Amino acid sequence: MHCQPPPEQVHDLDALDRRLIDSYQRGLPVCPRPFARIAERLGAAEDEVIARLERLQARGVLSRVGAVFDHARAGASLLAAVAVPEAERDAFAELINAAPGVNHNYARETQGRAPLAQDDPAGEHDYNLWFVMTAPEAPALEARLDALEARLGVPILRLPMLESFHIDLAFPIPWAELERT
Amino acid sequence: MRSATPLSPEAARSPDEPAAHRRLRALLEQGLPLTPRPWQTLAEQAGLAEEEAMACVRRWQAEGLIKRLGLVVRHRRLGLGANAMVVWDVPDERVALVGRRLARETAVTLCYRRPRRLPDWPYNLFCMIHGARRERVLETLEAIVARLGLEEIPHRALFSTRAYRQCGARYAREEDA
Repeated sequence: MHCQPPPEQVHDLDALDRRLIDSYQRGLPVCPRPFARIAERLGAAEDEVIARLERLQARGVLSRVGAVFDHARAGASLLAAVAVPEAERDAFAELINAAPGVNHNYARETQGRAPLAQDDPAGEHDYNLWFVMTAPEAPALEARLDALEARLGVPILRLPMLESFHIDLAFPIPWAELERT
Repeated sequence: MRSATPLSPEAARSPDEPAAHRRLRALLEQGLPLTPRPWQTLAEQAGLAEEEAMACVRRWQAEGLIKRLGLVVRHRRLGLGANAMVVWDVPDERVALVGRRLARETAVTLCYRRPRRLPDWPYNLFCMIHGARRERVLETLEAIVARLGLEEIPHRALFSTRAYRQCGARYAREEDA
């Protein structure tokens, strides 16, 4: 159940597309005509900027033009993981996806640089499915995790955020590197 | 026009928050309509005047409830398919310092302290590094380790092998806990 289509060809994104992405992952103007202001700054027309954003969104390059809220304040969430047999991983992932409040469900490699536990050379306790569980508030979050744990039949590793050192998700796109791939 | 009620971050979650403000937040999470007057459209849908809706958004930004307002990029879709969750086992007395220094690296997109869960899980610091290819991400990580002198700190780069769900989180929702 992948939710992302194959990668976009960055070659199809022209200078205006890239400047929009480079300049407005943050700082969207809060004024009556934000796209007109963006257009003015980028030397384009308002309807052109809107058309570009529509196209980037339709092609899935953008999930949306909107707000990223501070989850610690906007609701409750935590990072969770389970260790499941690789052969049954897809089935466990489906169960996790079906639970209310789950987003960002990834399979991850378990071969790291160091053994996870000294007495576990085979990595049997390695966590291979990682997901984020959210809820409107903390008690509901625990209830959702408890319910999912019962359904999965394996313990859920619960890793709430204790401290954030970096809260800005905007990321500089390495266009030149992507062009080469 | 109704005047905007002052709203602390705590109040933003409370049942006292005006329903129109809660509706505005939910709409903002879904994204702006791509029309010439997006704030007016959102305000109408939430039951607010345009100016009041914009005042709410500015206040939420000032209070830190909104971390970022703008284009939300799907990195994988652009070909940035390699994403490593790097986990570190840092002595407690150093974790805040190391976390702050890692967070200043441009390649690091998130950096959180989380609890250890011994004996199963010894790692207490998490960061994300994205890149076009796995080798590039590992090179970046090695450069960071050398630059910050983190050779002695046990760490692992856990690359994602499949995204079962990466879709826009809602609260709601959220981005990456």
